[in-house]
Order: sequence, then C-alpha cells, then structure tokens
Amino acid sequence: MVSTRSISVTPGSLTYSDLPWIIEHREDRCTLCGQCTSVCPKESIHLSHMRQRVPKLDVFSKKRGSNYRNFTGIRQRTTKANSCIGCGMCSMVCPNDAIIAVPGTNENRTLFFENQKGEPNKRGGRRNIQGRTLLDQIIFNRISMLTDPALDAGRHEFSLTTTLGRVLSPEDYLDRKINGGWIPPTREIFPFVIGSMSFGALSPNMWLGLLQGVAYCNEVLGIPVVMCTGEGGCPPWVLRSPYLKYIILQIASGYFGWDEIIRAIPEMQCDPAAIEIKYGQGAKPGDGGLLMWYKVSKLIARLRGVPEGVDLPSPPVHQTLYSIEESVMKMIQTLSTAFNHKVPVYPKISASTSAKSVLNNLVRNPYAAGLMIDGIDGGTGAAYNVSLDATGHPIASCIRECYLDLAAQGMQNEIPIFAAGGIGKNGNVAQNGMALIMLGASGVHIGKYIMQATAGCLGNEKNRCNVCNVGICPKGITSQNPKLYRRLDPDLVAERVADTFMSIRTEVKKIMAPLGRSQSLPIGMSDALGIADKDVAERLEIKYVC
Amino acid sequence: MCRLALKTSNETFSPYEVLTAMEAMKEGYDGSGLGLLLRGIEFEDFKYNPRFPILSGIAHTEKAWQHLTSYMEDRGYELKYDHRYHMGPNLIEAEDRFRYFLRAYRMPERFRDKSTEERGEEMMKTRLALRKIGEENNDLTIFSFWPDVVMIKEVGWPMQIGDALCLHDGQIKSRVCMAQGRQNTNYGINLYACHPFFIQGIATMTNGENTAFVPIKEWLVGKKYPGYVGYHSDSEVFAHILHYTLKQLKLPLEAYKHIITPLSTAELDKHPQGDFLKGLRDVCRRLIIDGPNAVIGTLPDETCLLVMDQKKLRPAIVGGHEGTWAIASEICGVDAMIPDRDPTLDFQPMREHTVIVPPDRKELTIWSQHDPFPLPQAA
Repeated sequence: MVSTRSISVTPGSLTYSDLPWIIEHREDRCTLCGQCTSVCPKESIHLSHMRQRVPKLDVFSKKRGSNYRNFTGIRQRTTKANSCIGCGMCSMVCPNDAIIAVPGTNENRTLFFENQKGEPNKRGGRRNIQGRTLLDQIIFNRISMLTDPALDAGRHEFSLTTTLGRVLSPEDYLDRKINGGWIPPTREIFPFVIGSMSFGALSPNMWLGLLQGVAYCNEVLGIPVVMCTGEGGCPPWVLRSPYLKYIILQIASGYFGWDEIIRAIPEMQCDPAAIEIKYGQGAKPGDGGLLMWYKVSKLIARLRGVPEGVDLPSPPVHQTLYSIEESVMKMIQTLSTAFNHKVPVYPKISASTSAKSVLNNLVRNPYAAGLMIDGIDGGTGAAYNVSLDATGHPIASCIRECYLDLAAQGMQNEIPIFAAGGIGKNGNVAQNGMALIMLGASGVHIGKYIMQATAGCLGNEKNRCNVCNVGICPKGITSQNPKLYRRLDPDLVAERVADTFMSIRTEVKKIMAPLGRSQSLPIGMSDALGIADKDVAERLEIKYVC
Repeated sequence: MCRLALKTSNETFSPYEVLTAMEAMKEGYDGSGLGLLLRGIEFEDFKYNPRFPILSGIAHTEKAWQHLTSYMEDRGYELKYDHRYHMGPNLIEAEDRFRYFLRAYRMPERFRDKSTEERGEEMMKTRLALRKIGEENNDLTIFSFWPDVVMIKEVGWPMQIGDALCLHDGQIKSRVCMAQGRQNTNYGINLYACHPFFIQGIATMTNGENTAFVPIKEWLVGKKYPGYVGYHSDSEVFAHILHYTLKQLKLPLEAYKHIITPLSTAELDKHPQGDFLKGLRDVCRRLIIDGPNAVIGTLPDETCLLVMDQKKLRPAIVGGHEGTWAIASEICGVDAMIPDRDPTLDFQPMREHTVIVPPDRKELTIWSQHDPFPLPQAA
C-alpha cells in the first residue's frame, strides 16, 4: 500500500468515469491533425505524449522483457474547469471518425464540485429534465368525423394569425368609433414568435441571421413572424430600417440599449411590432439578465452604453418597482406614450401561482396590450442552475388558469396571453404550441427551439454543452468572440428560419384541419384536447382519454 | 347532414307544406327530430292579436302543467288563448308528453307603458324562469315566449310529428315557417338541442357543425347576458351571435356576416370600409364561426336570411317569386314548397353572400361582403 501523500489525490480529484461526458478516442484512426483539440471550447482534450508497453516474449531465449513505444495521442483533461461538455464538436470536425464524446454512465460526481470558489453552478440552456413533457402528452382528439367533410390542410385556405395588442370589447369599440376615441394598436402576427434573446446573449451573426429569416418569412413567404430582442437593444441601423416592424423591443430592469432606442425614435421609418417589458423570466424567476464580462465586446458595450468587458447583471426588479400596480401602470403608459400610443406594450412575467393577480391588474389598465407568461421550462443564456432546475412554475396550468379567469370575466378576447417555456423541448414545436393555444394562449414564444432548429444549438436536457453564459459557444450562436461567431453563416441561419416556419405552418394546418378549424386560430378550444392522465385532465379541464 | 326548409309568404299557409319539403329531402335525416318555428300566426278558432306573446312548449307531466299555469298567473299574465292540438298521440315516440301547449297571454298591467326593449327583456326572463323550473325535474320544456312566434320541437320523423299534431288541418297557419329535420348529433340528444334556436324573436337554424363552438360559447357566457344560456347544441351560438349583433351592438343585419366569417386582411385592405371592418373583426374575433354551415334565420319583422360559412362547405338555395320565397338545403325542398316558380332564377349564395328576404317579400337582396357596408354612425 502506498502512502496517500505519494499520489496526487485531492478532495476535488476526478477521474474519467466521474465526468458527465467521456471522450472515446480511437488511436488507430487518428492522424494527429489536431482539429479536435483546436475546436474544443473547453480545452478538454489535448495532444499528449504517452508511453506504451509492448510486451515481448522471446520463447527461445527464455527471457522475458518489454519494449516501450512513445506516441502522441489525445487525452481528456479531468479538471473541473476543463471537463468535457459533450458538445461533440470534436467528432464534428474529425475527418476520420476517430473521436466521440459519450455520456458517462457512472454517477456524475462532478455535480458535487460545481461550486468552485464558492460560486454555485451557472449555465445556459434550460431545466435538465428529460423525457416527454406534459405538452408532448396532450393530444387533439375532437376530430370532425360524422358531420363534417374534413378540411384539406394542403389546399384549403387557413387563417393562422393571432392578435397581439389590446382588443376592446365590441361595445367599447363601436362607442369609440362614434366618439373618435383611441383605438389601441394591434398587430396580426403568426402565433409562433421568436422569443426574447438579446443582442448580447446571441452573437451578431445569429441575431442578424434570425432577422434576415424573419424578413424573408414576412416578405416572401407571407408568414407574419415577429421576433423579440430581449434586453440589450438592437443595432442602430435596424432601428432605422423598415425591418423594425418585425421586432418586439424588450425593456428589462437594466434598461440596456434603450438610450440608442430612444435616440432613434425620431428617425424610425416604422413602428416596432410591440414593446415587451420584462418583469420576469421562466428560466430564472427573481433574477435579471446575467451577461458575463466574457461577452461584453466592443459592439455590445456600445449598444448597451457600458464599458467593455464588465459583468452586466441586470437587477431582478425594475428600479421603479414599488408595487406591481404602480410599476406596470407607469411603465406601460410611459412606453405607450413614447411611441405615440401606436405600439402595443405588454409585460412578460415568470409563470407563477401569482400570475393571475398580475393579469387582473392588466385587465384594468387600458394601455396593457397583453401578457406574456414564461414557464419553468424556458431557456436562458445564463442562470444559476438551481433557478433553472427548481424555480418557477410549469406553463400549462398557469396559462389555463389565467385564460379561464379571463373567460369568467368575459374578457378572453381582450388581453391576449402569450405562453412560453419548453415549447418544442423534444422537437414537437407545433404540437406543443397548439396545445397551449387550445388551452387559452393567443400565441407562443419559442427561443431555445429556434436556436436548435435554425443554428444547430447543441444544448440539450442531458446538460450537453449549455455554456452559453461564458461566451464559448462552439457553434458561434451565443458568443461575442469573432473567431467563434464567424463559424455561423447568417444566410444559412436565415434559410433555416424560413424552413422552420414553413414547417410549423404546415403542421399547424395538419392539427387544425381534422378538428374542422380553419377560419381562426383555435384559441381556447379545450374541447379538442385530451390526455391520458386523470389528474392533469382535471386540473386543465380537458378530457381524460385512454 | 341535416335538412333545412324555410318558406315565407304574404299569404298564410300551413306548416304542413314545409313538412312536405322536408319529406322531399328526407334522405338527409334520420328521424331523430323536428324543429318548427312559425311567425305571422293565424289560428282557425281565435282571432289572434299579434301583440300577445305566445308561450310554446311541452309539459311532460300534469304537475308541471299546473306549475306552469300558476306561475304565469302569479307573474301577472292573463291567458287569452290556449291552443289545443288535435292530437294523434300514438304517433309520438316519446311517452312523457302530458301536453303540447301554445298559450297566448296579455302582458301584465305594469308593462303596458313600457318600452319594447323592456317588454322584450321581461318575456325572455319569463321564458328562462319557466325553463329553469322545468329543468329542476325535467318535466317542462319551453321553446319560446314571444309575440307572433310559435315553436314546436319533437323527437321523431318530421312528417310523423306533423301528423301527430295534425298540422295539416289548418288550425294554425303562418306567413313564415322554418323547419329543421334532425336532432343535434354533435352533442347529447335533448329537446332543447333541436334547431331552430330562439332568443327574443330572433331565430336561426343550421345544417352543419360549428367547430369553434366551445370558445364562442365561453365568450358569450362571459357576457353574462341572461339569455345566453343553454348550448345543448353547437349551432345555438349562431342565434345568440345574431342577437348580439342586432340587439346588443345595434349593428345592421349585414354586419352578421362580417362578424361570423370576416374577410381576410388582404380583402379588407381593398374594402371601402376596410379600416372599420378590420377593427370589427378584431373585437369580434371570438365570434368567428368555423366548420361547414349554412345558417338560415328569421327576425321579428319577418325578414328572412341565409348566409354560408366562409368556405361554402354546405349547400343551400333560395328560390320563389314576389310574395313567396323558399330557402332550403336542397333544390328538391324548394321545388316542393314553391313548384310554380321559375327555377332558373334560383340562387345559391357563395361564401361572401347574405341573402335577405325583406318583410315586403318583393325581391331578394343579395348582399356581398365586398359591397360597401351599410354603415352605422360608428364607421
């Protein structure tokens, strides 16, 4: 037995089998080209010199011995800072299929060391819960069979838009038309909105690729997609361009980017689609944006009006937040006034058991244009792991409660509720979104799905990659490092945006046609929903089916 | 698909004529029920004053019948006429039918000087109160309570029900008769679920399925208007939307089509009142119907109308001549009701049309959604 001092074992020592991802390297295929080591965002692998014993047995001389061979190969680092994140870029670049990262099947002991220097685990991505989500389990089962010729999703006309903006009651509308009153602005948009991802969280190439794709969807494909900026403003040229009408500008507690926006107002060619005031985010309720210094590049610093290379943690609350009534009322009215009451202004909150009280507050605010509720499964560029995994409220029951509350007041057409959080988590984006729409949402916001579908984001719920927060995104989606983001071709992102929305449009029709719906989005059509779970069915007031 | 027939004429006629049209179209129904609505009533044995509201319904037991009569007395209604059908009860399939009634009342004294609206509210509240009483023990069904309107709903084959109630004997005649030949098949079978649906003098019937039923119902219920109840059938909302359009929003009849099947944004961009109509579409978005439907309706002034769903997925045709018009879901139905018309002048409305037979019955108005909208002061 060797003394413990003679081997280097510390409390934090890890070995390969302790790591969440293990690199499997086939020396026989490796040509030592070095592409994998240079692409690895974590520098988890390195070329190293190794010595191999070559057993040698000379039968005739009856001597035993060994020869040794020195060779250069790939080794995986086991330090916490360099542990493999499973992004798989190494195998993506390897010309010879010599390397792959596989999930470690041992217990993941690194979890106990995610607190280096007293700092808890922070990451990007979303709640690491695998398997079918509740939304995946909802089926559409009120099929028009007996009395109805089925609609043809391929040939019939479908009206798939939704209204973003405060809608008056019919009585109030006619009254204001007669008396020349203010009619709140509304937008007719595609119900799947690209959710708020900031210029800062996203790389310039990603962001501009998205915008280019959105413009193509609107101007060529006739799908009126809009995207939300997130906190952090918008490039000055975009603010002065005709593309601004496809953009929902977000204002959040750091007010980042709003100097630029306010300055641009007199020069705007068109109004933005809407203004979103972020009070909360499903992935990290009670936390503001957490843009780390790694990502505060020269461009980002200029847009946000801050020095380069400093952390930009937005406060969790707006500085004006004395009470929700006061803050919401004041901010909504101020922003509505700033845009001449021609742009819908709505708040975004985290899903919560208290969402209904915010909603009821908005009902009484004539300037409130809607409510966006973000559930616990929402994604983010940076958050504490504990917030991501354990803080928040699932979206389905929150939306349903809010909708039924509005319905009881006869106001369900007046304040559109938008839902977000885990839509398309397992790829079923149209199905998840339509389930929420039939539960009562007027539309849904999708963020993570868009990153995955349009730019090949590698993150998943096995905690793969999820390093958006530190600016080393191996695909260049969430990095401000030009070396990384140049990997992403904005034109190709735009193409994927078009592919994605064309496909969502077709799937939405394929869902609506058998239900006999084509004239309007089936908002609140809960009679068409079923689930093989009694408790959920009861809670959501939909059918239990088995 | 259910079959629909409507006849409107300057001269009163027997509802049996419309049942004959139902018989001509009988391939389309299954004997699950008949609903009839008559307006412009003439009784053989009573000179009816069309100001008197008529209560139509079925008392399923003697007790319910007594309950009904005493309730009406207590509420201050004076019975003027109690119609007795010459019954052939063995032709009725259902067993718990103590009495089919049509009773004309004089309004209570306190309503003598009240406005038409107030009288209308009172009649509706009375109908709903009786309906509620009936729902306690399931022994009383109330179809309508309105001046100059008679309604009959029953389970069975239309012709057989007509024979059972001796509708051919000329005891009751009317200037307008609507008939629908099938019970509700999308939801549970219930006498209330049979078309036409009625609220404050406004009635509609439909052949089809309203797939947007639940969200529309939830919206109407949320309005908390006392008459927006029932919803045993997905088609009942058509009557309520028409009522909401005319009575609550006080919009012209043409607005109905713009509310239930609004034009697309591209079409409204070219429309002379596009701005107003886009706004109307937004605020009434929850009232957009869906699925295949031809909606036939009648109003208290004997106006008749026919509108199609946005894709025209259901048939309906209108034909006739000055003084007499018929609307049916099949041509053979119109043939049966008005054989002496010029069939080349028959009209099948398209998706954008509202066909209106005005009370004078001189000629049809075929109004297109693309036409300038007869603006209220609002626009």
